[in-house]
Amino acid sequence: MTYLAKPKFHHPDLPKNDLGYTHRDYEGTVSTLCAGCGHDSITAAIIQACFELSIEPHRVAKISGIGCSSKTPTYFLGNSHGFNSVHGRMPSVLTGANLANRDLIYLGVSGDGDSASIGFGQFAHSLRRAVNMTYIVENNGVYGLTKGQFSATADRGSKSKRGVINTDNSIDLAAMALQLGATFVARSFSGDKQQLVPIIKAAIAHKGASFIDVISPCVAFNNHAGSTKSFDFVREHNEAVSRLDFISSRMPIEIQYDPGTVEIVEQHDGSKIALRKLAADYDLHDRTAAMGFLQHHAAKGQIVTGLLYMDNESDDLHAHLHTVDRPLNELGAKELCPGQTALDKFNAGLR
Amino acid sequence: MPTASPISRVNDFVIRFANVNGSGSASANEMFARAIMRMGVPVAPRNIFPSNIQGLPTWYEVRVSEAGHLGARGGTDMMVAMNPQTFDKDIASIEPGGYLFYDSTKPLPASKFRDDITVIGVPLTAICNREYTDPRQRQLFKNIIYIGALSALLDMDVKVVEQLIGEQYKGKDKLIAPNIKALNIGRDYAILNLQCPIGLRLSQRDKVGDRIFIEGNNAAALGAVYGGATVCAWYPITPSSGLADAFTRHCEKLRVDPETKKAKYAIVQAEDELSSIGMVIGASWNGARAFTATSGPGISLMQEFIGLAYFAEIPAVLFNVQRAGPSTGMPTRTQQCDIISCAYASHGDTKHVLLFPEDPTESFQFGAEAFDLADRLQTPIFVMLDLDIGMNHHLSQPLKWDDARAYDRGKVMTAADLDTGKDFGRYLDVDGDGIPFRTYPGTHPTKGSFFTRGTSRDRYAKYTEEATPYVDNMQRLLRKFDTAKDLVPRPVQASAGKPTKYGVIYYGSTAPAMDEAIHMIEARGHALDRMRVRAFPFHSSVNSFVADHDFVFVVEQNRDAQLRSLIVNECDIDPVRLVPILHYDGTPITARFIDKAIGDHLDRMKVKPMKVSS
Repeated sequence: MTYLAKPKFHHPDLPKNDLGYTHRDYEGTVSTLCAGCGHDSITAAIIQACFELSIEPHRVAKISGIGCSSKTPTYFLGNSHGFNSVHGRMPSVLTGANLANRDLIYLGVSGDGDSASIGFGQFAHSLRRAVNMTYIVENNGVYGLTKGQFSATADRGSKSKRGVINTDNSIDLAAMALQLGATFVARSFSGDKQQLVPIIKAAIAHKGASFIDVISPCVAFNNHAGSTKSFDFVREHNEAVSRLDFISSRMPIEIQYDPGTVEIVEQHDGSKIALRKLAADYDLHDRTAAMGFLQHHAAKGQIVTGLLYMDNESDDLHAHLHTVDRPLNELGAKELCPGQTALDKFNAGLR
Repeated sequence: MPTASPISRVNDFVIRFANVNGSGSASANEMFARAIMRMGVPVAPRNIFPSNIQGLPTWYEVRVSEAGHLGARGGTDMMVAMNPQTFDKDIASIEPGGYLFYDSTKPLPASKFRDDITVIGVPLTAICNREYTDPRQRQLFKNIIYIGALSALLDMDVKVVEQLIGEQYKGKDKLIAPNIKALNIGRDYAILNLQCPIGLRLSQRDKVGDRIFIEGNNAAALGAVYGGATVCAWYPITPSSGLADAFTRHCEKLRVDPETKKAKYAIVQAEDELSSIGMVIGASWNGARAFTATSGPGISLMQEFIGLAYFAEIPAVLFNVQRAGPSTGMPTRTQQCDIISCAYASHGDTKHVLLFPEDPTESFQFGAEAFDLADRLQTPIFVMLDLDIGMNHHLSQPLKWDDARAYDRGKVMTAADLDTGKDFGRYLDVDGDGIPFRTYPGTHPTKGSFFTRGTSRDRYAKYTEEATPYVDNMQRLLRKFDTAKDLVPRPVQASAGKPTKYGVIYYGSTAPAMDEAIHMIEARGHALDRMRVRAFPFHSSVNSFVADHDFVFVVEQNRDAQLRSLIVNECDIDPVRLVPILHYDGTPITARFIDKAIGDHLDRMKVKPMKVSS
């Protein structure tokens, strides 16, 4: 139904957030992806998360690369500036944008081809630079737009729609993100909105590089028996380490869980995460343990989901570069140009 | 006895130092050049160095020219031969009647020398071994000792050198006295044992004026500071790394908030050139002024992004400090070889704005100007330096800035504009110059947002693959490029002073050699009108200049006559009318080369009237 324009009117009783916006104010144009695509569920989760966080839509910059996943920023936050850049290069464009204006919220949307193959380098370096962003990979293990080639996150031994067996080892982007120093690492499943929405909210509130690997089955090319990124496979092999609730700094904390298994984590902006641990031995703040946990379960064929690691003492690239608080793009000649007097001094030193 | 009479010239010669890199000679040699400048005599030094850190041959050439010729001349009048590896070749390169200065500690057979040059031996190693015990000191002071000896041989004002030593080691005052002592050891040896001065002499003048001594990379980086650049993303590559380094140094001095001590700039050393241009595009899209510094191979890596910036119309500034290609080529040698690869960078139909500074002063001016042009035209701007401009010190006009000058941020719609109900179409040409309005992200809660993409779109930034809006957009981009012709720096013209059918076009670092060569060509009895092109797209005066002459020489430093091809292509000119004069061996072009190439060509064409014999 993508040829139909989305109607602008909505029900007068739609719930409003603190800014007076409804859910509809966070939507974009109608998706042109295949019906049932996991990516559309992620889009819905992003809309939900931004609505619940009462983010002003125009204060978000949504940046993507190339591919099915990278098309999705048109489908959410229609009042935000978006940038569909080149294949695998979302992280550098986002880094530059972030340097120019530290006050916006940066949402980087990428796919497994975009981030694990052509853009593997940029994925890695943006995380190690601690760019303040939420980096979402919509991971379906397959090249959708070019019709079904394996991507680098496809598991070894998994079968393509045409029946080809993948003989290459797969890249686990969440494990890589941990190794590279991302200060917020999560994995979720597009079919699990209960888990995904709070993770996105917490990631947006996190200061520093937040990375979310979202397994998102491709209904056209990777949802068959033999695929390890199909709805059925992921549901059967999902090993959730945590369930979380995101509590903004304005809301009172109401812990609905059994206190013995709940951990409250406070973030920089005062927001809190109530984390219900499902794996009793899991330590959210231990990077090396998280890496071990992931590998241990991967070896058993299990896909670990949930918030995997978080550093609540994190900072970002601007802190490292010690830049001024005001966005650099607001500075004018008065602040930037030293003028003839400084030039006279400079000239005098070169004679 | 020399068979050629020794060259005898005051303030007009070339002295070349042959050293081993990593031996500490560079700062001593630079001090030598600087001392000549302080004596009021124009000087043009050039560093000829390998892509290596230690152990390979390196040369430092100092051209002394009271007449003010700052291009490379070619030939060596005096060789300071400190490198045994290149000794024989170095001696062979001395002009007849020239001078050889060498370390005579170890006696060399007469066969090592030439009988048409004057050989001057100073036992530098023996002196150092006698004076110093520390091996590092022996090496470093050897350089200062030979400068001392040269000061006597060339009749140099030693006080100037002593003063420079004082300035160089300011803050490390312990080093001043030993350096001055070394200087005098060399000087005293020469006065006592050698015939001083020789035929090449220096004499105090007042020909330098208020000019400054600076490398193009340093000046271009300062231009970026003055032009308001706040974001620099780069990846190390010779010969452009010095530009990013200089930008860092300038920012640390000039761009730190005095109260908070925080930086009004962000510099990121990226993981590669793809990332550095990506960051520049992201930052510019978001309303900051951003640039990268790179060289030819970096430009090759940036191709895809450059096309995006062209098509999505995002400002970007790229400093390309050109080096000899193709591939890794000769990374420490100079060329003007990326003209075509930058002018038409990326896939599809693309054209880009190039600026061609001739020296550090213009590198500063164009370095600042590039940011206004990028914002005004919403497109990548390439500032085309080369290794000769970028890495060598040039005696240049002092840098100037008009404090009344405001930055031109181009067509940007603000929240207030949007609230007045102005129609915002990101790719809508409202006034015929081909340049649309843009908005910065985060401007307005409900108006002015748009989606930036490399795919085709209509005037309101809506995705489309329809033929009409695509062609409409591509035509508008051509209109914008036409607008650029009158915004970029105009060519500089000089008339031959009398009617002539011939002209010459040149650009960039060729300028000083051309300025000198014109006198030589005129001395042969030829007249040439001159045009120094300073930017692409070409101003209409380029077309008329070619039209006004029977033919025009195009002098450039590449094999394929790249600027000539660009003129032929863009100005629709019959190629026969443009005669390529090409110098591309990696060394800077010389006046002698230009004179020979153009002069011989014109000589051949000179019609000799037939005499009727009686």
